[in-house]
Amino acid sequence: MTDIYKSLVEIIGEEHVSNQKEERYFYGRDPGLTPPHEPDYVVMPETSEEVQQIVKLANREKIPIVPKGGGLALTGLVIPQKGGIVIDMKRMAKILEVNETSRYVIVEGGVTHGMLQNYLKKHHPKLRHSIPDSPAIATVVGNAVIHGQGRLTQQYGFNSDMVSGLEVVLPTGEICRIGSHSISSQDWFSKGAPWPDLSGLFLGWFGTTGIITKLGLRLYPCKKIRDVMVFLTDKIELVPDIILKLTHTEMTEDIVVNEQPLPPRFKGNIYILIIITGDSDEELDFKRKIIWDALWDLFESRDGGFLSVPADMKPPLLEMPSRDVVRFADVRKGGGFEYSGPIIPLEKYPEFIAKQKELVSKYNLSYAATSRVIAGGHCMMYAFAFTFNRADPDEMDRIRKALREAAQFTVAQGGMMWKPTIEEQEMIMEKMDPNTLKIMKKIKALLDPNGIMNPGNWEAQ
Amino acid sequence: MTDYTKQIHRCFRCGYCKFPSDYSDFNCPSYARFRFDTYSTSGRLWLIYAWLKGEIEWSEHLAEILYSCTACKNCVEQCPMKFSSDIVDWIVAARSDMMEKEKGRIPPAVTSFLEDVYRLGNPLKERGKRDAWADGIKRYQPGDEYLFYVGCLGSYDEYGQRMARSVARLLGEAGISFGILGNEENCCGNEVYLLGENELFGMLVEKNVQKFKELGVKKIVTLSPHAYNAIKNNYPPVSNAYFEVYHYTQLLRGLLRENKIKPSQYKAKVTYHDPCFLGRYNQIYDEPREILQSIPGIELVEMERSRENSFCCGGGSGNFVTDLLGGSKESPSRIRVREAYETGANILAVACPSCMTMLQDAVKVEELEDKLAVKDISQIAAESL
Amino acid sequence: MLELNFDPAKCAACETQDCLVKCQYLHLDKDKARTEMQKIIDGEDSFVLRDCVTCYACEEYCKMGNHPFYLIVERQEEKGILPAPRPIATMWVNQTGPRGRFTVGKVQERALSFCFIPQFLFMVTGKLFDGIASSYIYGEEFFCNAVFLHYAKMSVIKDRLPKVIENIKNLGIKELICLHDECYGTFNSLAPAYGMEVPFKTTHYFEYLYNRLKELKDEIKPLNVKVAYQRPCSNRLSPQTQHFVDDIFNLIGVHRVKREYVGENALCCAEVIRMGQGYKIADDVQKRNLDDMVNAGAEYCVFNCPFCQLNIGEKVAKRGIKPIHIIDLCKMAIGEKLASEV
Repeated sequence: MTDIYKSLVEIIGEEHVSNQKEERYFYGRDPGLTPPHEPDYVVMPETSEEVQQIVKLANREKIPIVPKGGGLALTGLVIPQKGGIVIDMKRMAKILEVNETSRYVIVEGGVTHGMLQNYLKKHHPKLRHSIPDSPAIATVVGNAVIHGQGRLTQQYGFNSDMVSGLEVVLPTGEICRIGSHSISSQDWFSKGAPWPDLSGLFLGWFGTTGIITKLGLRLYPCKKIRDVMVFLTDKIELVPDIILKLTHTEMTEDIVVNEQPLPPRFKGNIYILIIITGDSDEELDFKRKIIWDALWDLFESRDGGFLSVPADMKPPLLEMPSRDVVRFADVRKGGGFEYSGPIIPLEKYPEFIAKQKELVSKYNLSYAATSRVIAGGHCMMYAFAFTFNRADPDEMDRIRKALREAAQFTVAQGGMMWKPTIEEQEMIMEKMDPNTLKIMKKIKALLDPNGIMNPGNWEAQ
Repeated sequence: MTDYTKQIHRCFRCGYCKFPSDYSDFNCPSYARFRFDTYSTSGRLWLIYAWLKGEIEWSEHLAEILYSCTACKNCVEQCPMKFSSDIVDWIVAARSDMMEKEKGRIPPAVTSFLEDVYRLGNPLKERGKRDAWADGIKRYQPGDEYLFYVGCLGSYDEYGQRMARSVARLLGEAGISFGILGNEENCCGNEVYLLGENELFGMLVEKNVQKFKELGVKKIVTLSPHAYNAIKNNYPPVSNAYFEVYHYTQLLRGLLRENKIKPSQYKAKVTYHDPCFLGRYNQIYDEPREILQSIPGIELVEMERSRENSFCCGGGSGNFVTDLLGGSKESPSRIRVREAYETGANILAVACPSCMTMLQDAVKVEELEDKLAVKDISQIAAESL
Repeated sequence: MLELNFDPAKCAACETQDCLVKCQYLHLDKDKARTEMQKIIDGEDSFVLRDCVTCYACEEYCKMGNHPFYLIVERQEEKGILPAPRPIATMWVNQTGPRGRFTVGKVQERALSFCFIPQFLFMVTGKLFDGIASSYIYGEEFFCNAVFLHYAKMSVIKDRLPKVIENIKNLGIKELICLHDECYGTFNSLAPAYGMEVPFKTTHYFEYLYNRLKELKDEIKPLNVKVAYQRPCSNRLSPQTQHFVDDIFNLIGVHRVKREYVGENALCCAEVIRMGQGYKIADDVQKRNLDDMVNAGAEYCVFNCPFCQLNIGEKVAKRGIKPIHIIDLCKMAIGEKLASEV
């Protein structure tokens, strides 16, 4: 019988393999509400070849593998449901190349968003990437794999839409190049188009079809100045129209819609944060005027207005990533938060807010409703976010129930649950077109014949 | 600080504790060394909570994780939560708790450190006279303005002794009235406190304060930021005695401003490493820099991670002896020395004998001895006279 | 039920109709002013109610002490006329609502009011506040509520202000030094206009600073700088305090540049105008205001109100003028570090 531990040590060295209780405990959990499942091993490879060898070993020995980045999806996606090997990708932390003309960067599988931001600021200040609000330790690959969103999502789509190429280790151990660089080793300017887009076999699959060891990511112009405008309305039903008007201007960076009961200044209003960028004060002044004019009707009717944001209140609104997001976890003085963040069409916003308030009242919960506009308003991410005290099992249970109901509501409304928990994946697959589901099953079976990749996820019954 | 057992579950494991403000690299020394999430602050806090709940049992590995924290306070600086200022205190409180409940099962190197302090009065296994370095240096007499508190590294470590001599020389040059305790000096207890050995710490405080009071000491100037921190911040809650404590860089800055020390040309490109116990612990960032900048000929260049983002040398919490973070090119002191080298500086300036010893060893291992000299600020100032 | 001390006879006897004639935004002649004012008095509709930018100036312009602006606010509220978008008023109501807990220092009979402005918590340091810095009150329970004059919510003021006065009284405060100009205006103009008794002495912080500077005379080193003074809207409620600005400047060797927009003709920071009337008017006011400062050769723009400073400090700095609060200017004069430097 193979000594798995010894084999892993042979691949990556003793310092980077653990079968100790402490690592198994920590890597078997995430900060959300998913019950823990501990792995048998935690490993930290440094190269694609080491990942390849680990995958081959796992395939031979039929051991589950779960690739892990920052582990901040909060929906249990990197909790190893069937034990096995958790691969902490964060030692693969090299930023390999920035192509300024084609505006892309190639990163290894464990590069964090924080380090990428810092690197670009220092070496390529005219370029930026779409950084999410998850903490800076979130990895570029992890965020892309779950179709994350970031500061440039309103303009350019999901962060996964910005992928420009992949290097993947298949579950059967081959290393594959996906995108333009599948024929040219240098150019990572497209993840698929104009050919069959094979990146779709890996993005969104939560590691069940392969491990992304390198990723190309589109970069975008980084303007010198960023500023924020805040538009308030107390009429929920006006929000879709406001977003349409704002996105029509094509003048904005991020648009985030917030509704929360606390602190008191938020009560009763919807706060729409509009980020604008420019290379000069003139450019920003112009954009401000266009945006003001776009919402002038609402301003005149007094149904909405722009709040003058004092200078000292701007930095937290402009911060990337926003540290205020994690502070939500301590509202109950308990270090916990989880959210269901379905992707929905704009016009459903009022229904989703209404549902959230119903859940809050039913289960007596602390909440925030954050929504981010995606791709010019083609859809938005609506977050049923709840914060809990980790030492209060009853509160955690009430939130689980609330999130389950939120998920059921989303499915009924035709929304798409984002980074769904396993339970939510099952709800999705149950409602899915059977032929569509068949394709998913076929792809999984083809790529992962031994079912070793993050088992439990996207497993159609 | 509130009871850590009621607070420690509040960690969200968001991971900001791993970084400096600009996310340029990993800034938690134990995480940089080992890279398992368990070795970062969030890992530690979650494991302590698990131990409290009985979900994990004490083990050597848990102990190693716990004691590999150098208490550098990068996590305190970076944590976005309201309880951030308490984080290291929680870890220290947990160490203290575990020491009591899991007697005898702390890492051998830590046990040895504490036993040596108890039996020998220093953690360096030195049995010789504490003041063997101090030929010609006056012993403190009642009426002297300052007690120059030298500390264990200053007394016994080769590099520390050189630092102690240059500080003494500078104070003498400036006509400052001071004296040392010599053989009667005891360990300040800063690391003992951080390692969680409260009883031993209490004994050291009592002994030291009694000695200070006997001699009518009012003002203390320390060689080491560790001693500065202990006497200033950790002694009063235990001893109720108050002394005016300074780190030598605070005095030295004043002496330069008042022209009591007149440095001459000293051509060098210098980068300064902020020690944790001066910087993040006590917000002393400017004085050392001002000293360097007032020496003609010195070009001061900053490392990317400086001031409140300084990357710990890895020596804190007794690690300058226990060396739980050693043995790898990713040891914090080696990372730091490489960072210093990248600035183009030919001198890496320190203000702490613990940093000195850690970084000196790292320079050797990194084979940079010919290219980068590690010098204490007092040595640079003394050499410029 | 609190009623405004307004006397229609005074308006009838007024020969100048200065309240509306001098208005910097409406540009009415005397006859038109009289007509519109009468409509307002009679409770009829007037464009004045809709177009008022809530700059408070007519309170100062009225030589009869008849509170034209407070009347305008009353009428706006009666008629449901919103000088600013409804959600912004809601935000203010919710943000400043009393919470049932006091944020106070070691309150003595003589105390500082920080109103609801957190900047004061950091600004009040050094010799200028020796012996009094820790005697302060701060927060919702002590908030003057005058901001609701901008939102046609006199009812909120009438509801909350008596309780605020009660809170201060119950702390045993005999003299309240108001660090926020608007608080002083509230206690000395707004409260009396509604017959609210203020059972403690109020001192404008200008007066406090001036007296304290006189005590520290030997430590003053004349600054020899040229400054423009940014007069806030709230100071229209207490124009009698304006001389302290010059008194202080003279004491600390500061030269006030000659400006067009000064005194009764001062321009406010205009951010409230932006929120209520839109960017065009606000941009125009700010441009004229800042052009005036630049043309007059100001090196510093001295602020009275921290909100004004937060609102336009950056714009001022971009024009090459250093923004500074008057408290910090006084600290500079006695060689102390500013709040931002500590």
